[in-house]
Amino acid sequence: MDSVIYILAGLCFAVGSVAILIGSVGLVRMPDVFSRIHAAGMVDTAGVAFMIFGMVLLSPSWLVTVKLILIGVFLFYTSPVSGHAIALVAKECGVKPEGRDLTTPPSEKGKAS
Amino acid sequence: MIAVAALAAMAVAILIALIRVAHAPTAFDRVLAVNSIGTMIILGISLHGFAMGRPEFVDISVLYAILNFIGTFAVLKLFSTGTLGDK
Repeated sequence: MDSVIYILAGLCFAVGSVAILIGSVGLVRMPDVFSRIHAAGMVDTAGVAFMIFGMVLLSPSWLVTVKLILIGVFLFYTSPVSGHAIALVAKECGVKPEGRDLTTPPSEKGKAS
Repeated sequence: MIAVAALAAMAVAILIALIRVAHAPTAFDRVLAVNSIGTMIILGISLHGFAMGRPEFVDISVLYAILNFIGTFAVLKLFSTGTLGDK
């Protein structure tokens, strides 16, 4: 029973590590701030969830489990909020997204500018 | 043992994210990358506790989670309004 829990925790750590590595590689390779927020969201959701779950499986007492779940819930609520705030302030300060403009229909494109 | 392996993966991820902090086109990229690194540090402190056999380190992680959130919002408020709320 003990080794089964150990293996499950190892699997959770592996999946979480892969998610976090993908997230940080995406942070380097994505083209602009708004798409990098997507890559950072990968770290904050899949990575944190699997890592916390793996540590919950390994935790020796219920007090540690409660604190780990507290961290998980806190990160789940705050990381979307901070990602949204970064996008909002970046837009306010005039950062333009990369790529084509899909918000105006092609028929009005000539008239607008 | 598995906690040490996860810690190593976390260290590599932090180093990759530090590349973005060093070479960023705008300040928001730096804020985003530092926020991400903060999240990884939170997990790293907890994992360090498990690797050393002292899971009480999660207390420090709770503190870091709150500090990370407030720090990000302080920097964003400074960018947005130009002050931190003082007259």
